[in-house]
Amino acid sequence: MRPAPLLRTLALLVVMCLGAVGPAFAQGLDAGLERFKADSFGDTEAGIAAVAASAAPQGVAILEALADRRLFAGPAGVFYRDKAGQGFDARTGQPATVPADAGMVRLNNRLRNAVQAALGSMTLLSPDPAQRFRAAEAVFRSRDASALATIEAALPKETVPRVRRAFEEARAAIILSTPDAPEAGRIAAAQRIAEAGDSDAISLLRQFSGQTSGGLKAVIDQGIATIEQAQRIRAWAQTLWFGISLGSVLLLAAIGLAITFGVMGVINMAHGEMVMIGAYVTFVVQELFRAHAPHLLDWSLPLAIPLAFATAGLVGVAIERGVIRFLYGRPLETLLATFGISLVLQQAIRTWFGPTNREVSAPSYMAGSFEFIGLQITYGRLWIVLFTLCVFALLLLILKATPLGLQMRAVTQNRRMASAMGIRTRFVDAMTFGLGSGIAGIAGVALSQIDNVSPNLGQSYIIDSFMVVVFGGVGNLWGTLVAAFTLGIANKMLEPFAGAVLGKIIILVLLILFIQKRPRGLFALKGRAIEQ
Amino acid sequence: MITARFIRLMEGRGLLFLAIVAAVGVLIPACNLLIPPGSPLHISTGTMVLIGKYLCYAMFAIALDLVWGYCGILSLGHGAFFALGGYAMGMYLMRQIGSRGVYGNPILPDFMVFLNYKELPITWWGFQHFPYAMLMVLLVPGLLAFVFGWLAFRSRVTGVYLSIITQAMTYALWLSFFRNDMGFGGNNGLTDFKDILGFNVQAQGTRAGLFVATCVALILTFVIARLIVASTYGKVLVSIRDAESRTRFLGYRVEHHKLLVWVVSAMMAGVAGALYVPQVGIINPSEFHPANSIEAVVWVAIGGRGTLVGAALGAVVVNYLKTIFTSGWLAAYWLFALGGLFVLVTLAMPKGLIGVWEDVRSRLKSRKAVADSKAASGQAPT
Repeated sequence: MRPAPLLRTLALLVVMCLGAVGPAFAQGLDAGLERFKADSFGDTEAGIAAVAASAAPQGVAILEALADRRLFAGPAGVFYRDKAGQGFDARTGQPATVPADAGMVRLNNRLRNAVQAALGSMTLLSPDPAQRFRAAEAVFRSRDASALATIEAALPKETVPRVRRAFEEARAAIILSTPDAPEAGRIAAAQRIAEAGDSDAISLLRQFSGQTSGGLKAVIDQGIATIEQAQRIRAWAQTLWFGISLGSVLLLAAIGLAITFGVMGVINMAHGEMVMIGAYVTFVVQELFRAHAPHLLDWSLPLAIPLAFATAGLVGVAIERGVIRFLYGRPLETLLATFGISLVLQQAIRTWFGPTNREVSAPSYMAGSFEFIGLQITYGRLWIVLFTLCVFALLLLILKATPLGLQMRAVTQNRRMASAMGIRTRFVDAMTFGLGSGIAGIAGVALSQIDNVSPNLGQSYIIDSFMVVVFGGVGNLWGTLVAAFTLGIANKMLEPFAGAVLGKIIILVLLILFIQKRPRGLFALKGRAIEQ
Repeated sequence: MITARFIRLMEGRGLLFLAIVAAVGVLIPACNLLIPPGSPLHISTGTMVLIGKYLCYAMFAIALDLVWGYCGILSLGHGAFFALGGYAMGMYLMRQIGSRGVYGNPILPDFMVFLNYKELPITWWGFQHFPYAMLMVLLVPGLLAFVFGWLAFRSRVTGVYLSIITQAMTYALWLSFFRNDMGFGGNNGLTDFKDILGFNVQAQGTRAGLFVATCVALILTFVIARLIVASTYGKVLVSIRDAESRTRFLGYRVEHHKLLVWVVSAMMAGVAGALYVPQVGIINPSEFHPANSIEAVVWVAIGGRGTLVGAALGAVVVNYLKTIFTSGWLAAYWLFALGGLFVLVTLAMPKGLIGVWEDVRSRLKSRKAVADSKAASGQAPT
């Protein structure tokens, strides 16, 4: 056994004792600094203890400098440099030039340990809660028994709950790793660590599970089981969140198609290009803001939404009026014509904007992440999920609660009857197609945040979108919603076992099989008008 | 007697097509091999390979026209069958490389050595034998088509839904073949071929031989397709296309009829792919890309669906245009042209080039008839 821990404990006890006596700080620091001048290991060690005990504000800086070989002692006094090389007088903590005759204070391994321990306990007592928290976590990992006294002294005074928890956990870790501590204490410590429930806790418990026996081992094992259970639940929740996130992307991409294909029955292969147009509108709006009003850059995304809707919607109306209206009732020809349109649109974008990816930056409110019951959730993804649900609700409202929506549904269900009732079916067709395309454009605004804005953007979503709409049941918005989230979650659940690509392949094969079973999707519309 | 019957079955334009293919199959290799370079009649090996490629596409288009034009099954995943046939041929060619690869392994192809394969995967067994490989060229696409079609037709997935799941099928295969774990060369596919049946693939003579084989296969494909559509079975197919429910009510097992033509078509596509690979010298997963299948549908649409000859014509015309457009300054406009063609053909000429030609001919005929009758009536008084 090395004597170091004992010495350190003693030194720390000295720290604690001195801690009670305020006015002695300056003297303690001065006395300690005096001892550095001697340049003998024994004196330096005493000096370290004295500096630590003094609790002077520059104490941490002095000891860090010592550990980094930046502390110099000479006849004129003791000086240190900070990491940038700026010199300071150790006594006052004020900037000063380091005199030429000051020599570096040397260290050996034992002293280095003493410095680290002193630093640890000093930071445990630091006035800054963040620093205290970091120190407690460091103690938790090192389980340095010498820090126990400091922690126990600091605990009753600690007011910040987060730091207090960290202290308790660190204390429990030390007690658990002290073999000669009383059994009851170690059991309590093990329970306390199990409560912490993170991956550090479980690795600590696993480490001691093998070394202990009897009641303590039982408690530790139970603690491990509890944490594992909690981790499994958390992993599921994480997968679920990723699945919801992917599902919302799928829904966003497919929701416009649910109108054009689902409600109108038009196989719009250019749907992906409407999404692409939306993304490029976002890019253009952002560039305009960047050039003319950089301080309003965060507003470019909200402004891009109506513009993307209008642009994609107009392109959609133009396509409907120009091509698709001649092809109603000939779905396969529509498919080919719209595929041709998609090629032309892609090439047009490629000609105007170049084939490379364009960057759309995230506004400040979409950057960063937060933690929610142990899950890391990025704001960007959260916004997209919320945005998708809003778009969905809005679309549902349009279809169910507006005259246009009523007419759309009427035309879908029985075109001739609707026409006989005085509905301008042609106009409704154009509006419906425009609405679907516009929604796709809005999707492009959101997708520009998570995908590369390139001429190929649309292509990567078109097949997925068709799958979602067909899976959910054509002509059924709720089916699209359920299908998108089902596919998203299923995809993410398969990913850990099968990998991303194989997972996707499995989903596709399952979908093909599913369509055999229910050719009209999850929630098929019933009725004669739907046949053929 | 048999000849007369055959001629009747092939129709006029079918015979013309067969004559042209046969002439091309004889003349082009002859101009390539027998006429020395420099002579204006000489055809370079590059041109011959290019035409060979077009003819493979023509074969593919005929296969597609058989299901789409005559049975109403719009497959957006036919490229999968073409590519699978190509892969079967590619695997044979890979096994022929033997120890001449970069790593010199007598059994394992280079990419397997590179990926630390210890032994040949079971999927590759037997591919060193040409007959086995040829069998697989037919069986693999045929089997996939059989399973897929059996499931889809039995549950009466039709129309657009069928198109979308065929697209999903080729999309899934596309993703799969990109994976190295599949053991088919991943992203790079199969290439660097050396021999076919002991002949050097790069040699002029072999290339001429492959060209002739392609012409023969194209003729056979056309004749088989023509025999199918001219038979009673073909009539049933057309009735399925035009009124599936009614055909079913008349007592035909619609799903069996569809399944047969679907599998035959897939096998034809597989053969086309198998002939394509040694000529272009590479097969990689991009052949599975859904866009390729849709492009093939457009060849058929442009040529005229439900005519067989039109499909082949469309494939050659579109690919010739593609060759012109994608080289030189026109390259940036190719997709505009192709996309424009899609729209134009569906809107303006739903019967394709063949349809336009027939229209022109019938109009000329009626005009001539009018002129004749006018002339006749003009002559009468005299």
